[in-house]
Amino acid sequence: MLSYAIRRTLGAIPTLFLIITFAFFMMRIAPGGPFDGERRLPPEIEANINAAYNLDKPLYEQYFIYLGRLAQGDFGPSFKTKDFTVTEMIASGLPVSIKLGLTAIVLALLIGTFLGVFAALRQNRPADYSVMTIAMVGITIPTFVTAPLLTLLFGVYGVHIFGLDITLPVGGWNNGALRNMILPVIVLALPQIAVIARLTRGSMVEVLHSNYVRTARAKGLSSWRVVTRHAMRAGLLPLVSYLGPAIAGLATGSLIVEQIFGIPGIGRYFVQGALNRDYTLVLGVVIFYATLIILLNLVADILYRVLDPRVRYD
Amino acid sequence: MAEPVLSIKSLDIRFKTPDGEVHAVKHIDLDIAEGEVVGVVGESGSGKSQLFLGATGLLAGNGRATGQVFYRGRQILGASPKQLNDIRGSKITMIFQDPLTSLTPHMRIGDQIMEALRIHLKMSREAAFARAVETLELVRIPEAKRRMRQYPHELSGGMRQRVMIAMATACGPDLLIADEPTTALDVTVQAQILDIMRDLKTKLKTSIVLISHDMGVIAAMCDRVAVMRHGEFVEQGSAEDIFYRPQHPYSRMLLDAMPRLDRPERPGHAPLITVADREARPFLLQVEDVKVHFPIRVGGTLFPKYKPLRAVDGVSFELREGETLGVVGESGCGKSTLARAAIALLPKTAGRVVWCGRDMSETTKEELRLLRKDFQIVFQDPLASLNPRMTIGQSISEPLRTLEPDLSRVEVAERVRAMMEHVGLDPAWINRYPHEFSGGQNQRVGIARAMIVEPKLVICDEAVSALDVSIQAQIVDLILALQRKFGMSLIFISHDLSVVRQVSHRVMVLYLGRVVELANRNAIYTDPRHPYTRALISAVPIPDPKLERAKPRVPLPVDLPSPMDSRSALTFLKSKRIDDPDAVQYVPRLEEVVPGHFVAEHDPV
Repeated sequence: MLSYAIRRTLGAIPTLFLIITFAFFMMRIAPGGPFDGERRLPPEIEANINAAYNLDKPLYEQYFIYLGRLAQGDFGPSFKTKDFTVTEMIASGLPVSIKLGLTAIVLALLIGTFLGVFAALRQNRPADYSVMTIAMVGITIPTFVTAPLLTLLFGVYGVHIFGLDITLPVGGWNNGALRNMILPVIVLALPQIAVIARLTRGSMVEVLHSNYVRTARAKGLSSWRVVTRHAMRAGLLPLVSYLGPAIAGLATGSLIVEQIFGIPGIGRYFVQGALNRDYTLVLGVVIFYATLIILLNLVADILYRVLDPRVRYD
Repeated sequence: MAEPVLSIKSLDIRFKTPDGEVHAVKHIDLDIAEGEVVGVVGESGSGKSQLFLGATGLLAGNGRATGQVFYRGRQILGASPKQLNDIRGSKITMIFQDPLTSLTPHMRIGDQIMEALRIHLKMSREAAFARAVETLELVRIPEAKRRMRQYPHELSGGMRQRVMIAMATACGPDLLIADEPTTALDVTVQAQILDIMRDLKTKLKTSIVLISHDMGVIAAMCDRVAVMRHGEFVEQGSAEDIFYRPQHPYSRMLLDAMPRLDRPERPGHAPLITVADREARPFLLQVEDVKVHFPIRVGGTLFPKYKPLRAVDGVSFELREGETLGVVGESGCGKSTLARAAIALLPKTAGRVVWCGRDMSETTKEELRLLRKDFQIVFQDPLASLNPRMTIGQSISEPLRTLEPDLSRVEVAERVRAMMEHVGLDPAWINRYPHEFSGGQNQRVGIARAMIVEPKLVICDEAVSALDVSIQAQIVDLILALQRKFGMSLIFISHDLSVVRQVSHRVMVLYLGRVVELANRNAIYTDPRHPYTRALISAVPIPDPKLERAKPRVPLPVDLPSPMDSRSALTFLKSKRIDDPDAVQYVPRLEEVVPGHFVAEHDPV
């Protein structure tokens, strides 16, 4: 197992290197630069700035300078946000994104697996069809539609049920207060719930028809025990592969949700960085994201091995 | 008469399907007495499995059972899940056909056995553990304590089925329902499992229902037999009645279709063609010391280490024109690998193959491609080995279109229609797809595809193994008829010794990639010399209860050992074995004991 993890980690280095190279040059192909404004800077100031950030050197030289710094763990200074390094910016945005993303994925897992197992146990009956129809709707409606709709409903009109006035803030982070998190978490979790429910249902239906579930039933076990002890583990395996990239995606911040709700996560930095040609910030976030995906996929594969003793990686 | 353990009265089972309702089981009445072994025999789709799944409330969601089922006088059909669960798994237990998929893959076998004990008998962990180990020892699992912590995939097929039996007997059931318990297993393993089940009957007085398609297994085990067809019992009676005085034509047909090891020619069927003066015929295929090794990864952290798996390890044989060589052996003995290496479908590691006097290793790729016209192969799973998106006409004509490209479309169509008639397919079906046909019909397509180029050699790789006995008999007849008409040679690979005896002139027995015995068809069955051949032959159940129960049993010394361990090859020659799994071992020589009868060196029996 350990040797497998080591092999995979070593194997990730060339992947990462390719991603860095690709992102570096893609970023530079984009027209404009970090210091182009509406008003042209005086030539001598522009030259000074370019020299300070090495932008006057040939591109390949800049690439090697960047790689050299990266090897020492230095993502460089942000080109646009003065006095901040990229590391500092990621460190300030990441906890916010992680808190939001993990809350959403945990919520999605709880509700999604429950719905999926529930639908599988009632395969091809009305309960199954309704759950799957709702899930389909959840997948098809994009977050930039659900976010404004929910904002309108809970933030602008306010919902009045049982004499309770539920009005939620429509934006801002407020240091992660629960009230501020509710709407963005729901918007992030909805499509995930739908995907997880469908995945779970599909694999659970298959597992429930398997020979070993028949054996478990023939052993006189209660259906609760058959489902929890014999069927669930195999039925949830496809989720493990799905969750690696899904967690990486959510934890590094949703571009749309952070933008709409005005949340200071790294997803928002990424969008702003890309628009402003903040080369180092964009590269830093890309590298961070790629590393996280590679790591989480490795964790998912190892977890898979733990859950299914038949899988061998040697 | 004492009250029966299980009494089924006019049971009907229906399934709702998109194509309408299927009446799978029709008005079945069956009583199972204390300590009795009842056989239910029938071909696939006869409803024999559904009958007992229905009786114990285990039908799939779209199934419904009506009628009455009594367990010791208590109605259990339609009982609440709670009441059923008190009986299922403790009083009435089941074992199924495929022990790998029937055990939960992510649970240790110990936990799976203890689960039933803890729930039904309310045992403590310690008591359940002790009882589970005891039961594993009862089904003769060596090192039972260590096995408790293993997962199903870490055990061999025979071991897994023993675990299933242990799981089903741990609670001390009154009735064990065994659904094709040995069908997926090798014959020697099957013999061991049947032995264990006989033990349960005599030692624990458990009643057993044995569901099987194999008349031999039924003859070996059962007191009473019910013959099932299209959801109905066509005949029910004592084993003697069914086997010696069958009344219903279907029972007689089943018995006649069953290939018998003790009866090379089947009455009412055409015999094998005789090969006159065999020695004078030219060689078609000469295989000399062929080896096929596969590298298997055995560890290494960053740089993998490999060890060869010797699938075929030095096999030589000769095939003359017009004769049939039967190749038998248990799963993993290398019989399919050998056949594929012989016709260059797989690269061989060492050795020489001579085809019609020409060394095949000296042919170019293109020459080899054209040579393929002369050797064709028929595979085991007829449906899976046909392209589902091609009509059967396209499948059959494809070899012709590639190997004889000069033929016009009309000629091709004519040849295909003619061949379809030869193999018993209506030429009007030429534009149909494989899924529209039954297994037997698809195998006829497979045979037509192989025969269309009129090859000199056809390899049948378990070509009849997946078919019901009645269909199997028809396909065997077809192959013999084609051989009579076209005079091709055959290599007939099968794990089923009875079928091989019917179709082969010479028979070769393989064990772990090596030949242990090679002789004429009858010599090998009436005068087997090698201990492995003897064990193999004695393990085959004969569909005749008196003969079957009286015949001596030659147990195998060990389960099939690992082919990665070099000591395994000398299982029957322990005197020359070096006790090191990686050592280069002595290679037993083949000795000609009687002209034409070769036996590998072995320790005296």
